[in-house]
Amino acid sequence: MTNKEDEKKGSRYERNESIFQWILIVSSIILLLILIGIFVTLPLNSMDSIKEFGLRFVISTDWSPQKELFGALPFIVGTLLTSFIALLFSIPFALSIALFLGEYFTHGIISTILKSAVELLAGIPSIIYGFWGIFVLVPVIRMLQIKLGIAPYGVGIFTSAVILTIMIIPYSASIGREVIQLVPNDYKEAAYSMGATRFEVIRQVILPIARSGVLAGIILSLGRALGETMAVTMLIGNVNKLPDFSVAVPEGFSLFSFHSYVTLFDNILKGFLDGVFSPSNTMASIIANEFTETTTDLQLSSIVEIGLVLFIMTLIINLIGRYIIKKTSVM
Amino acid sequence: MNKTILKTENLCAYFTDEKVLKDVNIQFERNKVTAIMGPSGCGKTTLIRTINRMHELVPGARITGRIILEEDNIATLHPILVRRRIGMVFQRPNPFPTMSIFENVIAGYKLNGIHLPKDEMNQTVEEALKGAALWDEVKDVLHRKGTFLSGGQQQRLCIARALAMRPPVILLDEPTSALDPKATSSIEELIVELKDTVTILIVTHNTAQAARVSDFTAFMYLGELIEFGTTQKMFTVPDHKKTEEYLTGKFG
Amino acid sequence: MKERTYYRIARDKIFISTVVLLCAISIVPLLLILYYIAINGISAINWEFLFNLPAPVGEEGGGVSNAIIGTLMLVVIASIMAVPIGILTGIYLSENKDSRFAGMIRSTVEVIMGVPSIILGIIAYAWVVLPMRQFSALAGGVALAIMMLPVIIRSTEETLNLIPNELKEASLALGVPYYRTMIKVILPVGLSGIITGILLGVARIAGETAPLLFTAFGNQFMNLNIFKPVNSLPLMIYYYATSPYEQWHVDAWGASFLLAIFVLGLNFITKLVARR
Repeated sequence: MTNKEDEKKGSRYERNESIFQWILIVSSIILLLILIGIFVTLPLNSMDSIKEFGLRFVISTDWSPQKELFGALPFIVGTLLTSFIALLFSIPFALSIALFLGEYFTHGIISTILKSAVELLAGIPSIIYGFWGIFVLVPVIRMLQIKLGIAPYGVGIFTSAVILTIMIIPYSASIGREVIQLVPNDYKEAAYSMGATRFEVIRQVILPIARSGVLAGIILSLGRALGETMAVTMLIGNVNKLPDFSVAVPEGFSLFSFHSYVTLFDNILKGFLDGVFSPSNTMASIIANEFTETTTDLQLSSIVEIGLVLFIMTLIINLIGRYIIKKTSVM
Repeated sequence: MNKTILKTENLCAYFTDEKVLKDVNIQFERNKVTAIMGPSGCGKTTLIRTINRMHELVPGARITGRIILEEDNIATLHPILVRRRIGMVFQRPNPFPTMSIFENVIAGYKLNGIHLPKDEMNQTVEEALKGAALWDEVKDVLHRKGTFLSGGQQQRLCIARALAMRPPVILLDEPTSALDPKATSSIEELIVELKDTVTILIVTHNTAQAARVSDFTAFMYLGELIEFGTTQKMFTVPDHKKTEEYLTGKFG
Repeated sequence: MKERTYYRIARDKIFISTVVLLCAISIVPLLLILYYIAINGISAINWEFLFNLPAPVGEEGGGVSNAIIGTLMLVVIASIMAVPIGILTGIYLSENKDSRFAGMIRSTVEVIMGVPSIILGIIAYAWVVLPMRQFSALAGGVALAIMMLPVIIRSTEETLNLIPNELKEASLALGVPYYRTMIKVILPVGLSGIITGILLGVARIAGETAPLLFTAFGNQFMNLNIFKPVNSLPLMIYYYATSPYEQWHVDAWGASFLLAIFVLGLNFITKLVARR
């Protein structure tokens, strides 16, 4: 083999290696371009409404195509209410599943059954949750509303929150389970050897250690809830107003009458229930409902701006969740 | 034909700024087994990995000096061409799991796109497996995947894979540390038989093994070649105190 | 002291009972959903349902054939875009664990994974529907491809990370160039993991509705042209379920049944493949 042949062969290999490396890098850059594209496209297409409304957009409650006045507050509130209620409801269930699979039954057939069930729950498409919700959940909520003496809409914030709860349980449950399982056995055994009950070990050893991870799981499932669209759209009632939490002051209210206070308390309760059960819209659902029905450019621009707000909100929540996870695994 | 088949001249190896081989000058004799020994971190594995240019796979790794294989300075040749002329067998047997035994042996050709006529291919495989003392055990199951073989058999498959390329030199990097005693002794027998066809460099931390299989021994410490000589001399009357201490188990 | 111990033991038992109870309650919605889909869905399925086009309200014999084909079309279009880029990026990330650029790409992938699917619909609308001036299967495919990418990238990277380094070294030591080592040795070893990732990606996008609302948009008729709007099972379920027509509700249950079988079946298959 002469040196010339060797050199030619050598440079051929070098060239093929470079081509391969370049293909890999280009492919990765595409991902970067997609993200940059998202960051650029949303503001670009909401320029009209950003220029028109400025910062007022996020605190205004107007939504009137005729008057060409648009504001995002009702939808922001709707999103936050449904998501936080769902988050609250989901915590006991998610935590129970996480403890069940991570501590009590880590192996065996019962564990497999529950694990599969949770994975199935996570795999059901959102549209099916919504569809099922319309025909099964809504009548139940309606009955509940009649019992409570409020308007029997059936749909509304509460109904959406219930379906959201079911949908986000698998996310915080699986992150929680991983973190709980990772708690080193040494600490647990030390506690048991001192005569602690299982509950005490969980409360005083496992949960404190797993706390950040569980928190991260909860935050990430919040991110999921904020962006959830179809199920919520079908169950929230499509009303573009702020939920009505107003409390009626009783007539002839007197500071000294016990009866007045009872009526006032009753009215506060009714106001609260009215608000929680009111039909509404979230940022995702207004986009789903009105994107193809916009009549003016300004309206479309406002819808896209709502999308921008939603994007920023979920981005921040997800970054916070990931930051917590990173901090605890570096530990 | 020159007695020396492979030699290094002022060979230094670096990991970015850290110098891990310091001016190694060593000559390996044709058709003999040379053992390279020393405590952990002495540079023995680095030495053989510079010879087949695997050292530079780590980012920031480089070498200076010359490595002469039968008149060519392989330190400046393209690494791929070097690796095709030198075979390597690793500590843990690593046959390719998605390939059959046959395909594993011929992998050096197949993966490099070197097309062999069918007869030549069959002959190469048979020769290599016979050379690795594995032919009789697998000749009827050549087209099954190699993962069902025992550890010792898998290692011999890896040796056959290296032999199939007909390299003049084969590097063995602690080839028996992951094997049980029975498999270890069959590999050691094989090594002694193989030296008639190839020159063997074997890195080992097992001093008894070096005494059993090698003709020459090199002792390294902290990146330097401390002593080199016939195995018989090294194990009975070594020149350096450190050599003696290592070989009698005082450290390492 | 004894009473305190009894109290602690009782508390322990109550706690585990509560945990088990809450877990059991969590499964109830799953059972209810599966039950309703099965009961209502199976009765809607027949030959006409599977092979006919949708019929106008009031007419008998409507089917979901265009939705089934449309779903498959969208999955194929999305896969053609997402699978090559996903696998290549997965290879890059697995081979460059320490580089800062790779870390940036990894973060990018995670961020994209967290973007709500309806936002991706807006993006695909701006990038494809607006320039083309019409809704199309292509636009829907683009939105779904962006959703599919992170799933494929993550599972490719994880699969390749599990492959022992020695395999790569064995190939390199034979004088095989790096790129051939990756393509002919490493990728085949990781093939089942990569395929699992693709199947998971398909399962994720097949049931998506939101990003299709203003990209693929939906279609009464059968359409095989990727530059025109196309129907899909989730879209059909949405439009039918929110309509006031009883017959369409029945069809929506049937479509839900089909969709659920497809998505959950895919998930089940990936479990089997992963076990190998």
